[in-house]
Amino acid sequence: MSLSKFKFDKRIVLSFWIILIALIIAAPTLLPVFRLNLLGRYLSLSIVALGVDLIWGYTGLLSLGQGIFFALGGYCAAMYLQITSSSEFPNNIPEFFALYGVEKLPFFWEPFKSPIFTFFAIWIIPALVAGLIGFLVFRNRIKGVYFSILTQASLLVFFNFFNGQQKLINGTNGLKTDVTQLFGQMVGSESMQRIFFWITAILVIATWFFAKWVVRGRFGNILIGIRDDEPRVRFTGYNPVIFKTIVFSIAGGLAGISGALYTVQSGIVSPQFMTVPFSIEMVIWVAVGGRGTLLGAILGAVFINYAKSLVSEALPASWMFIQGGLFILVVTALPEGVLGWIQGDGPRNLLQRFGLKRKIETYPSLEVNNQEGNNE
Amino acid sequence: MELLLDSLFNGVAIGSVLLVAALGLAIVFGLMGVINLAHGELMMLGAYTTYVTQLIFKLPILKPFYNSYIIVSIFLAFIVSGVVGILLEKTIIRKLYGSPLETLLATWGVSLILQQFVRSVPLAYGTGLVISLIIGLFLPTTFSSKIKESINFKYFKFSSWILAALTGVLTGGVISSTVSKLSRASARNVDVTAPSWMRGQVEILGTAFPKTRLMIIVITLISVIAITLFLNQSAWGMRIRAVTQNRQMSDCLGISTEKVDIITFGIGSGLAGVAGVAVSLLGSVGPNVGGNYIVGCFMVVVLGGVGNLLGTVLASFGIGIMTDLIGAGRLLSIWPDMPLPLSNTINFFATTSMARVMIFALIVIFLQFKPTGLFPQKGRMVEN
Repeated sequence: MSLSKFKFDKRIVLSFWIILIALIIAAPTLLPVFRLNLLGRYLSLSIVALGVDLIWGYTGLLSLGQGIFFALGGYCAAMYLQITSSSEFPNNIPEFFALYGVEKLPFFWEPFKSPIFTFFAIWIIPALVAGLIGFLVFRNRIKGVYFSILTQASLLVFFNFFNGQQKLINGTNGLKTDVTQLFGQMVGSESMQRIFFWITAILVIATWFFAKWVVRGRFGNILIGIRDDEPRVRFTGYNPVIFKTIVFSIAGGLAGISGALYTVQSGIVSPQFMTVPFSIEMVIWVAVGGRGTLLGAILGAVFINYAKSLVSEALPASWMFIQGGLFILVVTALPEGVLGWIQGDGPRNLLQRFGLKRKIETYPSLEVNNQEGNNE
Repeated sequence: MELLLDSLFNGVAIGSVLLVAALGLAIVFGLMGVINLAHGELMMLGAYTTYVTQLIFKLPILKPFYNSYIIVSIFLAFIVSGVVGILLEKTIIRKLYGSPLETLLATWGVSLILQQFVRSVPLAYGTGLVISLIIGLFLPTTFSSKIKESINFKYFKFSSWILAALTGVLTGGVISSTVSKLSRASARNVDVTAPSWMRGQVEILGTAFPKTRLMIIVITLISVIAITLFLNQSAWGMRIRAVTQNRQMSDCLGISTEKVDIITFGIGSGLAGVAGVAVSLLGSVGPNVGGNYIVGCFMVVVLGGVGNLLGTVLASFGIGIMTDLIGAGRLLSIWPDMPLPLSNTINFFATTSMARVMIFALIVIFLQFKPTGLFPQKGRMVEN
């Protein structure tokens, strides 16, 4: 029972894509600047949500530390922007260094003078860090809640580290990007923001296809196998450590891309990206949207964040209650998420409750499949 | 010698805060396998209970007993957090046994709600709500068995809840009209002032120790001893251990696993409340106070190994002493003329936050050799 149950007409799919692309192109003219910027940010968050879906929805690894990789990507992008637009400051290094009496660029920031290096660093560095953390944890067969706790602890460690290092990365204050220059244009300017929005939208679609490619075929099957019965996968002759490490570093790389896009659109990267609540929120986007459904992760990230900004504008105090309630509700009443519920037996059960559809007496999937004549 | 004593005391003090905070978690997580991310917020409730008790003891009637409020608040905090924990178990966690990741997310939701609750509800009415919960949950259990078995028991239960609600509203109203500080909601941090006999320092062997720290060590010591005695000597303790070892077999032998779950969770949550009292002595109390401890507590449990209190004790004192050694840069004062690169490294880590970084790295290295903690449970299962 998956998306393949719905076989859409090719023309419908095509027109859907045409409408989507038209909307993306037209969005900057349809929406006010403020809303466009918000939409762009939420779309970039949906990339990290896709990563969470890959590791949690498909592989069963609940990481509470995706904020690490998100922030790393953000820091890479922000530092490149700061360095390239620092020509008028003393010593040709970003302004904040002068506050702490640093006169020479710390050595590990040197490579970030090059745009090509930065382009790769944004996703390779988070992926490598994720791979390292993942390998050390998975190697010892630490899994389940222990994995979650360890990722949360490492999140806290990174937060403490970044928060305390003023001389290297400006500590608590973070790095601002909106007054920096990229290719001769101000990053915070309207035209640049529009371009960033388009880049984000394209990357979300590209990531979606990439994620679909990852979960398809044997690799995806092994991931699902690890989620459902890891010892069995191991006894069948596969080494789950490798697969888990690979998928965890893929999710880390995606988080890095997402963080970089989010940073340039929100104008700042700071250790606040590595706080514990933010990383758990990423999980709830996926949980509400429907884990194990890639589209659900995207929709969940965009809609929950949009709801958050609307609710916080109207009733600031009530968002915490709503969010807390969402966590409890999704886990107890809607474990498959909204999209999973729609694709599963949800609507049928609802209709049955009101007597609008015939009750199924035997095992549901058997009868549904026989009726429609398509056994999966 | 003095330096060593000082360092040891500091380490033990840090460790005992960790231990009392992690003790409840070790019971809930170690014995029941439930990840309770709301544990920090249960601590926060304990800390707020201390604050409310303190203000109530300032009323003219109770003024003569003011100095003993901290002792009273330990028991009250145990009851308050315990009751909230029991409610949590009855409504949410019970549905999620066997799926720890879901429990983790749901309890995180609970923690968000509790945090916002203390921000936006006046503490007086919060107290009233807790009192009505206590009455509503415990009044039905005091009825005679004749009433319990009758068909009309549900009406008795219902009327006791109504009584509970009325009492709660009444107490809330009385408190908010008599103690003005509790009548308005506020997100600001509040301060608990220790009674006069706990202020100041004690000199032992020429070193001065703050009394509040000593008090925390005493609270921790008593909690650990009490819980060990309870688990090893009492009938319910034996049942809890039995259910931990083999749930199905215990069920077959007539142990009510449902009751065992409630009691275990209640005790674990109550201990969080006691930890809250200890924490309130260290600094100001706010909605976020629990969040500062939760990750450290989990590290203690992971390091100590699941289902073993000795491991928890050793792990928390180990982490405490290491934090002090690294965070205060004490190795340098013990060995002043160490080579330059080494001393630079030690200086780099000699702050509280960098010490955490170092401690975590050490824990990860340790787990490479002993993945299941100091005292792992023995078994031959593929999954453990």
